[in-house]
Amino acid sequence: MDLKDLYRDVIVDHNRSPRNFRPMPDADRHAEGFNPLCGDRLTLFVKLDGDRISDVSFQGSGCAISVASASLLTESVKGRTVPEAEQLFTSMHELLTRDDAMADPAGLGKLAALSGVREFPARVKCASLCWHTLDAALHREAEPVSTE
Amino acid sequence: MSVTPASAVPGAPAARPIDVATVRRDFPILAREVNGKPLCYLDNAASSQRPRSVIHSISRYYETSHANVHRGVHRLSQEATDLFEGARETLRRFVNARSVREIIFVRGTTEAINLVAQSYARPNLQPGDEIVISWLEHHANIVPWQMVCEQSGARLRVIPITRSGEVDFDSFLALLNDRTRLLALAHVSNALGTVVPVERFILEAKRRGIPVLLDGAQAAPHMAVDVQALDCDFYCFSGHKMCGPTGIGVLYGRESLLEAMPPWQGGGDMILAVSFERTVYNELPYKFEAGTPHIAGAIGLAVAVEYLEALGLDRIAAAEQALLDYATERLQQIPGLTIVGTAPEKAAVVSFTVERVHPHDLGTILDSEGVAIRTGHHCAMPVMDFFGVPATARASFAFYNTRAEVDRLVDALQVAREMLA
Repeated sequence: MDLKDLYRDVIVDHNRSPRNFRPMPDADRHAEGFNPLCGDRLTLFVKLDGDRISDVSFQGSGCAISVASASLLTESVKGRTVPEAEQLFTSMHELLTRDDAMADPAGLGKLAALSGVREFPARVKCASLCWHTLDAALHREAEPVSTE
Repeated sequence: MSVTPASAVPGAPAARPIDVATVRRDFPILAREVNGKPLCYLDNAASSQRPRSVIHSISRYYETSHANVHRGVHRLSQEATDLFEGARETLRRFVNARSVREIIFVRGTTEAINLVAQSYARPNLQPGDEIVISWLEHHANIVPWQMVCEQSGARLRVIPITRSGEVDFDSFLALLNDRTRLLALAHVSNALGTVVPVERFILEAKRRGIPVLLDGAQAAPHMAVDVQALDCDFYCFSGHKMCGPTGIGVLYGRESLLEAMPPWQGGGDMILAVSFERTVYNELPYKFEAGTPHIAGAIGLAVAVEYLEALGLDRIAAAEQALLDYATERLQQIPGLTIVGTAPEKAAVVSFTVERVHPHDLGTILDSEGVAIRTGHHCAMPVMDFFGVPATARASFAFYNTRAEVDRLVDALQVAREMLA
């Protein structure tokens, strides 16, 4: 269990300077994610152009893993269709939870930097919160999402 | 089942400090490693560790004397009963209760408070009555009162705290009125370490005839508690925070109040006679101990009390105060670190935040260095809201911790800052 596996450079960078970290007053969809035990809290905003995610942003506060994960999420789903984003959600879930996961994480791009979280079971919920929140936004769920 | 820790010299003068190196040898778990480094256990406010004597007392009980208590005429049942009731006497002496009838074994502080809420408060509360707690409370001293308020139509009033984390005495006085039915107060705050000067609060409550419950979960392990001197009506504490087993704790209750209270749970042991028409409840304390109790837990807790007493509660307090002072001094030197909770009188708890490093990342990074601290809201979310933080990191010390461990905490925090800040 090496810390450098968890806090890789990409993650440290996205925590220090989160991308797409802004409100979106004209969002088509938004959802809340909140892990009360951690205190991780985020709001995810989505703008849709038909079936395509034309813009996505987030706000909130949390640990490095949750902030970096949300930042990476926004970069990776922008421009994708809703089914493609849902496919990414499934792949991320596998990356974070399955021991034998992902012979080829190449398809995940930068998101693969989060694979080290798997070795820190207490932190999986931090990395997955934004993805469940995105899922809730896309499905218009009104209740805040939690992964605790 | 008497016990003398290897480290304790009975009758030694109180001024002689604890020999921490010797004391540490009493605690087998302190010898283990975490992530290839010696364990540095600084999460004592959540749960302390156990000395070998406590662990052995439990296995010895199961190996030699176990049977159910109170009902059997056979030898083992008699032995188990003697050990269990002997433990009750030890706990009575520990808090200086007048009688063993005032010592009720429960699962822990949480259960003790719920018992009082449901069996004392609920039958006595009318709509519009008020229960007073403070902003410092652990959820265990908030939620049971919220529940009973919902059930009875009573109101929960909350004494504000100051920026240093002290319960505001003047606001407390202003809150008291002729509808106040109970004051429920932490003796020591788990989240901030504040030692509440409960004597002042009790005095004012008593002058108005208001009964007082103290949540002593964080106090009992670190200071001598005398319920008669305090003049409180209920005192609640947990075994596992004072070197005893989990799943066992004590509710001290003033006998006249306990006597008037209906039983909380029904079942075996709490009755004298049962028919379908009528049940006669058992006398104190058994009236409140339905079902087979945690016999081994009570025995282990008594051994833990004997261990603490042999070391000396005043010497324990002195050792922990020295660690607190040293940790406070060293932590304050870390750039970007803010200590949350700066009351002049504190138990050995330091809650803090570090700029640009979330407490959960601190927790993970410190763990990789073998340092165990608590991160999160510490079951005191109103306290976190008051200070405007989602969570804090909390290091809490016991008498078996060392200055070198404080240094390791500080070094590990530097690693975290270098990595993330």
